[in-house]
Amino acid sequence: MSATTATIPERALARGSAYRTVVAPIVLGVAMLGLWQGVVDGFGIEQYIVPTPTDIWHEITDNLGSIVDGSVSTGLNALIGLVVGALVGILGAIIAGVWRIFDTIVAPLVAALAVMPIVALAPVLYTMYGADKETARQIVAAVAVIVPVYINTLRGLRQVRPVHRDLMRVYAASARQQQLAVTLPTAAPYVFTGLRVASSLAVISALIAEYFGGPIGGLGKSITSSAASSNYALAWAYVFGAIVLGLVFYCAALAVEMFFTRHRSTP
Amino acid sequence: MNDIKPAVEVRAVSRTFGGRKGASVTALESVDLSVAPGEFVSLIGPSGCGKSTLLRLIADLDTPTSGELSVFGKPARQARVDQDYGIAFQQAGLLPWKTVTGNIELPLALHGAGRSERRARVSELLELIGLTDFAGHYPDQLSGGMQQRVAIARALAESPKLLLMDEPFGALDEMTRERMQNELVRICAETQAAVVFVTHSIPEAVFLSDRVVVMSPRPGRITDVIDVSLGGPAERDDSLREDEAFFRGVAKVREALHGVPVAGARGVDTR
Repeated sequence: MSATTATIPERALARGSAYRTVVAPIVLGVAMLGLWQGVVDGFGIEQYIVPTPTDIWHEITDNLGSIVDGSVSTGLNALIGLVVGALVGILGAIIAGVWRIFDTIVAPLVAALAVMPIVALAPVLYTMYGADKETARQIVAAVAVIVPVYINTLRGLRQVRPVHRDLMRVYAASARQQQLAVTLPTAAPYVFTGLRVASSLAVISALIAEYFGGPIGGLGKSITSSAASSNYALAWAYVFGAIVLGLVFYCAALAVEMFFTRHRSTP
Repeated sequence: MNDIKPAVEVRAVSRTFGGRKGASVTALESVDLSVAPGEFVSLIGPSGCGKSTLLRLIADLDTPTSGELSVFGKPARQARVDQDYGIAFQQAGLLPWKTVTGNIELPLALHGAGRSERRARVSELLELIGLTDFAGHYPDQLSGGMQQRVAIARALAESPKLLLMDEPFGALDEMTRERMQNELVRICAETQAAVVFVTHSIPEAVFLSDRVVVMSPRPGRITDVIDVSLGGPAERDDSLREDEAFFRGVAKVREALHGVPVAGARGVDTR
């Protein structure tokens, strides 16, 4: 009987469709790059208007060290922001889950944070914390992370099934025991969904914050300075680095989410 | 231990749920019931007759509007705090992030039992429910029947003298259901626990019970109590399901439920 084997999504099992999910996007990507190269070469478009993929690739290989350094610098800011923002968001949601009044009080603040372009705070924060420090960028990333983590965690904390609530009452469990045994584990998948959304936001925010000042060395600063000196192929090479960095964050968050939700398919 | 005290004593208990705009629903009206230690009592009746409400009152998951309710001579609340009963619901209600072992030992862990004590008890219970090979499995890797067995093991973890069961086999297919009933008879014989068992299956109630309590809805109350007592656990096996006494019991409960005599025991639908 199938009870002894772990459930595997059918999509991953069907050979034909797995082939299609991997190969089809690659074919499309290669075709797009080919078209790009063909159009720029064919119409003789100047390199400073639109560089070709091969130009960009040469810049990537020539400046690999600088791109990696920039990714590490920006990535570190994003990571610190992600960790701090996630802690604030999760703790805030736990408090709001226990005391509903807290949720009511902070709801307008959360709504304001959700609609505010947080990177717009960057110039103010550079003045507050010093333009030679990374602090402003980390704060921007953290603030961007708080909202999706808070909202998702709070929603997760409210998903406790009635039968589990009854069980905890039957066991005469204390409020703390109930949190640890049922409420927090129930919320966990929602927390990870929030973190997955937040991981990309952290990278984007940390990178855009560099556009408004601060120390050089990060990907954002490198993109603006390359573009300012009309070296568009190099600017694109740093953009490529930014895409890879964003993907690394997203995939890492997705992997963590999948690991912790692997037994949640059926109640 | 004072064996004279009944496992459950319900006296003139009513439960009214307040509805919107002053409308209220009487789920239970002046119900009296006594369950002796070690006795197996089924509550049966159509939907809305208050059988689950009565069970929840005994479990102190809800409080009566009026009347008195005691478990082993204590108020229901004290009995719950003292963990005098184990409970199983229609949904197994296992924690999906814990293994079979983790789920069974949950009440023990919450009440501060040591690790070695927990492991010993879990392995006993796994043997009792026949799932020793599945100790490390997660609920999503088990069938519905296996999950329900784990839930029963969890209910038995602290060796309660009273087991409350709210349609625990309601979501299972007929074959699994009969097998689970056979196992429950065996488990009850081994644990000597009193059982209050909510069901809407007549054969299930007759097969398992010493007494079947028949209830009717609007307002929920007890209309009849039928002694079945089809013998000790040794006689309660699959052959009993084809026995004349079993059919007679089914017919009696059916008559009590419908309020009219059914002509003969023949043709009794054993569903």
